[in-house]
Amino acid sequence: MQQLSGSSQAAIPAPTRKKRPPLAWVGQAFFSILGIVVAVILISNLIRQPTLFAQFFISGLQLGFVYAMIALGYTMVYGIVKLINFAHGDVFMVGAFVSYFAVARFRLHQWPLAAFPQISPGLGVVIGSITVILLSMVICSALAVTIERVAYKPLRDAPRIAALITAIGVSFFLEYFGALNFVFSPRFIPYERPFEVVAWYIKDGIHLIRPGEAPPDGAITFSNILVIIMLASILVQIFLQFLVRRTKIGIAMRASSYDKPAARLMGINVDSVISFTFAIGAAFAGLGGVLYAIAYSSIWTQLGILPGLKAFVAAVLGGIGSIPGAFVGALIMGQAEAMTMGYISTPMRDAVAFTILIIVLLIRPTGIFGEPEKEKV
Amino acid sequence: MELGFLLGSIFKIFAILAYLYGLLWVLARPNRWVKLIGVVVAFGVVQLALTDFGGFQVLTNFDSGLLFQACAMTMVALGLNLIYGFNGQFSLGQWGFYGIGAYTAADITYRWVNGDARGLLVVGFGTILGGLALIYIGRWLKRFRGVPVLSSFTLYLIGAILAGTVAVYIGNALNPLFEPLLGTNLNPGVLNSPLALQIVFFLAVVFAGIFAAEVSFLFGLPVLTLGSDYFGIATLGFTIVVNVLMINSDTILPFPEMKGGRGMVGIPKLTTWFWAFFFMMAVIVIMRNLIQSSTGRAIISVREDEVAAKAMGIDIAGSKLMAFVIGSFFAGIGGAVYAHFIGFLSPGTFGFLQSFNPLIIIVFGGLGSMTGTIAASFGWIFFLEGLLRVLLSQMGTEAPTWRFVLYPITLLLLMLIRPQGLLGNIEWGFLKQKTVLPRAQTVVEKPEVVASEA
Repeated sequence: MQQLSGSSQAAIPAPTRKKRPPLAWVGQAFFSILGIVVAVILISNLIRQPTLFAQFFISGLQLGFVYAMIALGYTMVYGIVKLINFAHGDVFMVGAFVSYFAVARFRLHQWPLAAFPQISPGLGVVIGSITVILLSMVICSALAVTIERVAYKPLRDAPRIAALITAIGVSFFLEYFGALNFVFSPRFIPYERPFEVVAWYIKDGIHLIRPGEAPPDGAITFSNILVIIMLASILVQIFLQFLVRRTKIGIAMRASSYDKPAARLMGINVDSVISFTFAIGAAFAGLGGVLYAIAYSSIWTQLGILPGLKAFVAAVLGGIGSIPGAFVGALIMGQAEAMTMGYISTPMRDAVAFTILIIVLLIRPTGIFGEPEKEKV
Repeated sequence: MELGFLLGSIFKIFAILAYLYGLLWVLARPNRWVKLIGVVVAFGVVQLALTDFGGFQVLTNFDSGLLFQACAMTMVALGLNLIYGFNGQFSLGQWGFYGIGAYTAADITYRWVNGDARGLLVVGFGTILGGLALIYIGRWLKRFRGVPVLSSFTLYLIGAILAGTVAVYIGNALNPLFEPLLGTNLNPGVLNSPLALQIVFFLAVVFAGIFAAEVSFLFGLPVLTLGSDYFGIATLGFTIVVNVLMINSDTILPFPEMKGGRGMVGIPKLTTWFWAFFFMMAVIVIMRNLIQSSTGRAIISVREDEVAAKAMGIDIAGSKLMAFVIGSFFAGIGGAVYAHFIGFLSPGTFGFLQSFNPLIIIVFGGLGSMTGTIAASFGWIFFLEGLLRVLLSQMGTEAPTWRFVLYPITLLLLMLIRPQGLLGNIEWGFLKQKTVLPRAQTVVEKPEVVASEA
């Protein structure tokens, strides 16, 4: 084998310097001008109104970190089974609804205080909220594994598009089945938070905003929700890095994504690895769903479509299959969307998200962190 | 629940299928006169059924609405089948081109009946000049070898924008000539007579189709170079971008008459059975002739195996682009016909969720089967939109939602049980391939080539 590859390399003539294709400058100039215009607009706004810019930046951070949690599921599933799991956004929606029922109907977030009245209320709220989040994560994982077993597994050897259409079908099913009255109902539902929102403003130091008090002009405000979302997202990121790099199941995941038949020969149960991937991606989608609902405080059954799609865009932007790529891509997406909402108009946010996707795919199809695709014959 | 209604609806669906079978059968006859008479009879039968004989009407208004909708859907679905079924490019952008066609044509006729010829002039000159610009830039680019796709895209885009700007100036300059002839709403002029309106409608539909095709050319040129599911996502993004632009058509785009998210009202209802039938037949015949030509075989070969097709000397990128542009042209025409039948356009009709309808139809009918697509379009509209909507709404307030629960379940079951669609690749009469092509199943066993043995 070694000898063969050596001889075949010798047969190839020495690589000549690649000639620059004609007219390449036209496209480069066009997209450079586009980039420069966007950069100039942003910088001029930053100089004119720095606090406004910072406020948009903070709302972009919040969005971006939520997208990061959803994008992880997309990128991991795509990395292993090469399937755009359209239903992922709806799993995210189910996560939000589970937490809604747990909080509003069953008062699950108050169980520590009900069970142990002697602990401090603060600790009780923290434990209660974590319980709610864990419940959502577990239910989302179970749902995703069920979907994978029922809908995707029989199609694993079918053409990829068949699985993609199935994924679209599953996504529709979750949305419209959820919209039935005895399930979630088709209405917008005000979301009850398991904990109070505390907000601060930054102007000559960080100050607490007391209820009924407006922050002074020119102050940048942020809330504990932003802090929680950032912390959760970073923790998830670190956890996943650890899982994928250091544990046995992580090695199995990487092996399966690299070469499934070879992984099978090495004694890896590829089916259970795929199920595990779905489960873990869905758990983070559930976490993201709860945090998204807490941040934006209104839920309905089609809540997951657009965040799901944008998280997918973020995963592609960062290089699909790459976990840090999904994180970086999501942060960029969040900023792009927040700046669009701030400086252009709110409805254009979706258009800008997809325009970015198309431009990125054209200029660098493998994304920021993606490895160039190997030539397969 | 009315049993009579149920039986009547099921009878109608079977009657429609028999009608389509007969139409395709008569088109396959070798004698030219038999063909012509057959088509005229096929047109006349439905026209008679639609005519109101002093209170007696075989097809009610509800049915005729479904019929026109089915014709429009047939065009859209056939276009998508050309792109995905025959050429293998998974596109979710068909609904966006449908919306572009609908809004373009509606804008032309709406402005025309309100005494403004600019719609027709600008779109007409714009599509013609834009088409010429694209063709000449394409010829010029042929001189170079290996131009990067981004550069050619930029050049085409600049050409199209210049052509559009020129068209706007021409339209504004020529508009005063037309204004006196158009008259006002209360006092219609010569050019607003019924005959003139029919001609304007025809032009509007054709220009809308060409406009959709040109947009699809500009969009498809760079995006078709992406892989299969990236292309799907990019086209889905296109549908969403088009929908957002529709919602903001009066604020971001300069078209106050489209009224943004409130929906465009007052579009003249010019679609008659003649036009719906004419455009549908035109699409069917064009597509059938295309598929059975050598170009069509090139398009199909790209789906089967790109490497082998390339080895046979087929221009892969060109075939993909051609299928995409022609498919979008059909979608644009379908949209224009739809807009003038319904008389009201709202961005909600062209939303993200509805964009999967044509996909579901072609998957049901069979990928790469024209007969299946046509039958599924009619069956889908009459069964799901007609029968199921009425039946479920009689069963209770919540029942209509179940329709949307049943769609995905059927789709899932179909994908799991019969992924090639209900009709597979069966074709009827006229659409049947005359030459026998080698089937994909008869693959010759490949000799095992092991690298180390070499």
